[in-house]
Amino acid sequence: MVEKTKKIGWDRSEMAEKVAIDIPDGSYVNLGIGIPELVADFVPKGRELIYQTENGLLGMGAIPEKENEDRELVNAGKKCVTAIKGASYFHHADSFTMIRGGHIDVCVLGAMQVSEKGDLANWSTGAKNAIPAVGGAMDLTAGVPRILVITQHVTKKGDLKIIEECTFPLTGKQIVETIYTDLAIIDVKKDGLYVREMAPNVDSVYLQERTGVKLKFGI
Amino acid sequence: MINKIIDSVAEAISAVKDGSTVMIGGFGEAGSPIELIHALIDHGAKDLTVVSNNTGSGNVGLAALIANRQVKKMICSFPRTANSTVFPELYTAGEIELELVPQGTLAERIRAGGAGIPAFYTATSVNTPLAEGKEARVFNGVEYVMEYGLVADVALVKSEKADRYGNLLYHATARNFGPIMCTAAKNTIVQTKKIVEAGAIDPEIVVTPGIFVNGVIEINNPAHESELVAAELHYPW
Repeated sequence: MVEKTKKIGWDRSEMAEKVAIDIPDGSYVNLGIGIPELVADFVPKGRELIYQTENGLLGMGAIPEKENEDRELVNAGKKCVTAIKGASYFHHADSFTMIRGGHIDVCVLGAMQVSEKGDLANWSTGAKNAIPAVGGAMDLTAGVPRILVITQHVTKKGDLKIIEECTFPLTGKQIVETIYTDLAIIDVKKDGLYVREMAPNVDSVYLQERTGVKLKFGI
Repeated sequence: MINKIIDSVAEAISAVKDGSTVMIGGFGEAGSPIELIHALIDHGAKDLTVVSNNTGSGNVGLAALIANRQVKKMICSFPRTANSTVFPELYTAGEIELELVPQGTLAERIRAGGAGIPAFYTATSVNTPLAEGKEARVFNGVEYVMEYGLVADVALVKSEKADRYGNLLYHATARNFGPIMCTAAKNTIVQTKKIVEAGAIDPEIVVTPGIFVNGVIEINNPAHESELVAAELHYPW
């Protein structure tokens, strides 16, 4: 009998679904570029979430079929999207009035690093030859009350991303509420990082080995 | 009689001088006034400071303007995108300046500039390297940094419809920076897909009132930047 390799952790879609489950009905939600975009695919039954994309659309809908693409109807990642019935378009100053003015309820962002205190770094490695690109990330962390982070637990090279202090330049300080990774869901609290749920075939030893902060389990 | 309609792109772009600050609308390709940018390349004005969210892609539009060495400094929020190589290469070589501004701060600086507000406070960038050197102040226990309003000599904007007064409508997310840039420049030039009779745009739905616009030129079949990039075209052709 051939032994099957056990799948460890959640894939990107499963991670996105975990995030969606934690967003309450009726929320206005901004999704960052990359894995956060997948969250839009998983609105739990019976809930209505309104997605804002900071380039100027409230009520962002599904990805269109190729033949229905409109190059002037795009999301923050410059990918073609659609507008739902009841959507609205607006200019950038109004868009960031929604964001900085505290009108958006939840924002889901990607991360390069997250610290024990909920600091987020996601715009630059700070390397001398890097081209820094910040986009709207700092406005979102400054203005949206709930910041959820969705990210692989470690980098492709195996470098730790959840660490005591971010070594990359910060996007925002003490702003992350929960970290959703391929291995676990981790809540950031004043006295540390609390593991709320672990992915299939992940145990506390495996998780702790891949985390630069002493995690709290089973509380 | 007021008639802001201009017949040639060369005439439209003649307001740009060496050393001008030019705001260019668009979020990537959406809303980028590519025919006006190409006219600016033909025009040849140098030492420009360009305010635009990105730095263009491929070798057309804004990327071609930068490649033609007409831009001394970029003020933008996201200077790298898929297919953008021109700006990163010049920046890495130290041959172009960059003022990196968070996207919402960029928008508000333009809005403030257009509204006659010289500076404002925002919480965006507090506790990050982008706040370094900025005046900080605490209001109601929260820290903010001061940011300056931005104005320009010329704004280049793309719209969907316009009339001879300069009233504008936009299309979908191509609106992005257009309405605020129109307010912040001494001379706002708009390329529009369709010029309509005055009165044909319902006053209730005008997005940019004509007072903010100086010139309108009809380009009824504008190029799609992504198609030019996919075809690996370079401007000048």
